[in-house]
Amino acid sequence: MTRVIVDMNLCQSHGECVYVAEDIFELGDDDVLRWKEEIDPSRADAAREAADACPMAAIRVED
Amino acid sequence: MPDPIVIVGASLAGLRAAQAIRKAGHDGPVVVVGAEPHLPYTRPPLSKELLHSEAEPALACDDLDVEWRLGTTATGLDLARRELELGDERLRYDRLLIATGTRARPWPGAASRDDAHGRVFTLRDLDDALALKAALSRATSLAVIGAGFIGCEVAASARKLGLEVTLVDIAPQPMTALGPELGTRCAELHRAHGVRLKLGAPAQVDADVTVAALGAIPNTEWLRNSGLTLQPGVVCDEYLQAEAHVWCAGDVTAWPHPLADGELIRIEHWTNAAEQGAAAARNLLGDRTPYAAVPYFWTDQYDVKIQAAGLPHRAERFEYAEPDVALGMRGDRVVAAVTFNAPRKLMQQRRQLAMVAA
Repeated sequence: MTRVIVDMNLCQSHGECVYVAEDIFELGDDDVLRWKEEIDPSRADAAREAADACPMAAIRVED
Repeated sequence: MPDPIVIVGASLAGLRAAQAIRKAGHDGPVVVVGAEPHLPYTRPPLSKELLHSEAEPALACDDLDVEWRLGTTATGLDLARRELELGDERLRYDRLLIATGTRARPWPGAASRDDAHGRVFTLRDLDDALALKAALSRATSLAVIGAGFIGCEVAASARKLGLEVTLVDIAPQPMTALGPELGTRCAELHRAHGVRLKLGAPAQVDADVTVAALGAIPNTEWLRNSGLTLQPGVVCDEYLQAEAHVWCAGDVTAWPHPLADGELIRIEHWTNAAEQGAAAARNLLGDRTPYAAVPYFWTDQYDVKIQAAGLPHRAERFEYAEPDVALGMRGDRVVAAVTFNAPRKLMQQRRQLAMVAA
């Protein structure tokens, strides 16, 4: 499995990651980010794209 | 050795372009030319966290297999010979990606001002931000000329630092990019946080430090005799291509957008630079995909995150759909959405705009 790590001290709920990969990331009704901490490796590229899209560089993806 | 792909501009768009080239598996030489001495860094914190607290603006790029030519300014372009001029040097390219961005519009009186006394700061680069931060640390009052994104964010940052702040603009409202309806709301926000607003008329202000935040100018002077069309950004087609072997990305790029009915737009925001850098690089490698992403941007002022999607500058008026959601209308069409502390709602609006743009 591929691990997705989000530094919630950095996250400002821009939602860029949700926009890129909504099967991995979502904004709750409270506007706080939720995400799958473990994803299938076939979605690792999408998670990395989400990490690149994050203006706060808050997302890390580990194989 | 084949001639390299050359990327001119070592900020976000140039970095994302270089990363996309490697990610696509291209293993030929890539050269990234940057006028600043720094490796790529992210600019949004420069007017916010870096000024009022701490920020680490560096972008991860250590393991990227490219040749960095930093502190090197492009001075000309010869399309026929496929040569980039770097002062006296000529650098041949196989394909070129232009991402030279914009610079702060200078204060008109800057040349006549004494540096030690009455210096007027502008803010674009890391070095500008560090100089301004140092000046603010010794000051008790700040005047900001220009109440757009950067001016409003600098004003908010200075209030966080406890300075007396005056925000000046010839326009009757701040944030004119978002129209008068939302500008009124931004004005109230700054007043509520103790900023003195002098709007709509010439004003005289006495302050320890002055910042001129008068917008940005595309860095295209070096292309003046190249034969590329400048308006004032570099004119490209929907594939971000300007000429046979030349593509563009980021603030410098003028390209036709479906949300603008195919008219040229130019976007000076973080997300566009990131996405367009990667998209232009993929097209440069042969993947002809029109670039029609819905622009997204944000500004943080005090405890309010204002987010926008679409093309606010194309809106004729803004209407509130909800207290925290405003829609920019052109005729009866929605061309932009702006939210106040409502990221999830912005996301929904952005998706709707993307369906219109598709």
